[in-house]
Amino acid sequence: MSDFSFWIILKNLIWATQWTVYLSLIAFVGGGIVGLILLFLRTSQVKWLEVPTKLYIEFFQGTPLLMQLFLFFFGVALFGIEVSPWMAAGLALTLWTSAFLTEIWRGCVEAIPKGQWEASGSLAMSYIEQMRYVILPQAMRIAIAPTVGFSVQVIKGTALASIIGFVELTKAGTMLNNATFRPFLVYALVALIYFCLCFPLSWFAKRLEGKLNVAR
Amino acid sequence: MTYHLEFSALLPYWQDLAWGLWFTVVLTVVSTVAGIAVGTLGASARSFGPPWLSGLVRVYVELIRNTPFIVQLFFIFFGLPALGLKLSETTAAFIAMVVNLGAYSTEIIRAGIDAVPKGHIEAGVSLAMTRLEVLRYIVLRQAFAKIYPALSSQIVIVMLGSAVVSQISAPDLTYAANFIQSRNFRAFEVYFVVALIYLVLSILLRYLLRLIGDRFVRVG
Amino acid sequence: MSLVSIRDVRKSYGDVEVLKGVSLEVEKGDVVAIIGRSGSGKSTLLRCINGLETYQSGAILADGIEVGGEHANLRELRRHVGMVFQQFNLFPHLTAAENVMLAPTVVNKTPKKEARAIAAEVLAKVGLSEKMDAYPSQLSGGQQQRVAIARSLAMRPKVLLCDEITSALDPELVNEVLRVVEQLAKEGMTLILVTHEMRFARDVGTHLVFMHHGKVHESGAPKAVFAAPQTPELQQFVSGIG
Ligand SMILES: Nc1ncnc2c1ncn2[C@@H]1O[C@H](COP(=O)(O)OP(=O)(O)OP(=O)(O)O)[C@@H](O)[C@H]1O
Ligand SMILES: [Mg+2]
Repeated sequence: MSDFSFWIILKNLIWATQWTVYLSLIAFVGGGIVGLILLFLRTSQVKWLEVPTKLYIEFFQGTPLLMQLFLFFFGVALFGIEVSPWMAAGLALTLWTSAFLTEIWRGCVEAIPKGQWEASGSLAMSYIEQMRYVILPQAMRIAIAPTVGFSVQVIKGTALASIIGFVELTKAGTMLNNATFRPFLVYALVALIYFCLCFPLSWFAKRLEGKLNVAR
Repeated sequence: MTYHLEFSALLPYWQDLAWGLWFTVVLTVVSTVAGIAVGTLGASARSFGPPWLSGLVRVYVELIRNTPFIVQLFFIFFGLPALGLKLSETTAAFIAMVVNLGAYSTEIIRAGIDAVPKGHIEAGVSLAMTRLEVLRYIVLRQAFAKIYPALSSQIVIVMLGSAVVSQISAPDLTYAANFIQSRNFRAFEVYFVVALIYLVLSILLRYLLRLIGDRFVRVG
Repeated sequence: MSLVSIRDVRKSYGDVEVLKGVSLEVEKGDVVAIIGRSGSGKSTLLRCINGLETYQSGAILADGIEVGGEHANLRELRRHVGMVFQQFNLFPHLTAAENVMLAPTVVNKTPKKEARAIAAEVLAKVGLSEKMDAYPSQLSGGQQQRVAIARSLAMRPKVLLCDEITSALDPELVNEVLRVVEQLAKEGMTLILVTHEMRFARDVGTHLVFMHHGKVHESGAPKAVFAAPQTPELQQFVSGIG
């Protein structure tokens, strides 16, 4: 009997894990795209573009992700649009991710020596061209490790989607716990699955970081 | 179809918000202090302890850093009673926060320890200081100065993450928000205002940490 | 008995034997200059004397205290054996005076006020009275190294080990440090120094030790040894210096 429920628990958790993965992918890819756009705005040296970008980042980095989820879930409904937990979670996590990625990438762009801007500028390149051909290719090299590292935060962040009713790994854990009354086992397994998702990424990020330090 | 925002609907509940805010602040302060203490011990053990201890600390750090805080919280609050360890919401929240920040600060402080030149340790040892004295007076002081900014960011992140403790009914700011919106049915207004309170809190916290840093954590 | 007695010391890193049976006796007041090619084992020997490195066989006694062995009382030993490093290794979070006061207060439990007086005294000795409250980052390399010397002196060592203490300095800063060491020698401090400053080794040293391939290859009174090196290796080394 107890073995029976162990396998059922595990099977259900693994099934639910796919939704954690999908949500993570959406947030990460979407956040990456929005983040890249914001990066251009944020480093454009154009005041009226920089200030709103800064406020956006400040808001998403300075408030709890949980609040952002609530705001999207309950806020969008105000405009008469029916929001599913899926949409609210996808949207909130995407914007949250974009704010952090923008800041991470901005740090990498700023780590590129000023001389590179000056040299490419004196070759009559426009801002976009400078970024595209000179700055980003160099910044990308140093950005890989922290970006991979942040993907771990995104995966962990998706756990909060459970609170607005999105059924992913954590929510499945709560439901299974309610059904089986085996909280120790259920949450240990949930943690273990998250660990299996996150640890390889953490490990990879650290290795990349180490490699880069040696290369420099 | 237009919706009229009605922020005044929050006014009758200002006391609930104040108590929630107070809980969040205390939770943050206590877990910061205790978490850094855990991190200091952890990092010292990781860098200078015997292999078995160093390995144990490593497992702790990796486990925490690679699982969501909410799962850690649920494990402590719902899972541990199965082993006979029954905790109140508040106690569970504090423990989860300390365990979480402890792991992150272990990793951060260890990076600082690694960055201290080996020669400084040898210089200290050559002056007849014991390893513990070298650690205390030379290594940790320098390590903290180096990693203070990273540690400060982590403290802000943990403060924002604490919103999750509302899910085990620990009476924090988010718990207050949930309570209020269940009464006045003004979810958006409530969460918007509370989000702003968190925003102000994180700005103040960053400012305060910078003040403390300028005052106490300096190198030459 | 000698102040420092080194007897047939052997040390290996893995399979590589770095010290191949080194023996050396240092009396109180001696100024021993160790010269030799890079990799000949000079630093290793020095670091063995205060227990920063362990050795596999032989014996080292400093001030009557056995250095090697499981239960060596290294703390007691190091109170009497000071060390100055090539890279200064000043503690960047402490001022010059605090660098000097740290070991007396922590190790010897000297009261702060007394320690500050010691700091003033030893910093005056190295000519840095007015820099007591400066942080290392505010000092030149030569000044930093003099603070490092003062820091060792504050423990009132019976012997001071110096490992190429001028090698990291700009040429124009070398002399201010050498003058301090020369003054210490004159006052009777026992010194063991690894150096590339041949003139200094000849003029200030009372003994010269030439190390080669992990052994004391040739030794004696500096002036005599420099005037007429016996072994071809030392001849080559001396002429190579120019
Ligand atoms: N920690 C270590 N591990 C392995 N080998 C080492 C280590 N330290 C030193 N060695 C080796 O031991 C030998 C002697 O080194 P040592 O530093 O004593 O030479 P040295 O005479 O001081 O040279 P230099 O003039 O360059 O300072 C060298 O071949 C060096 O590569
Ligand atoms: Mg050397």
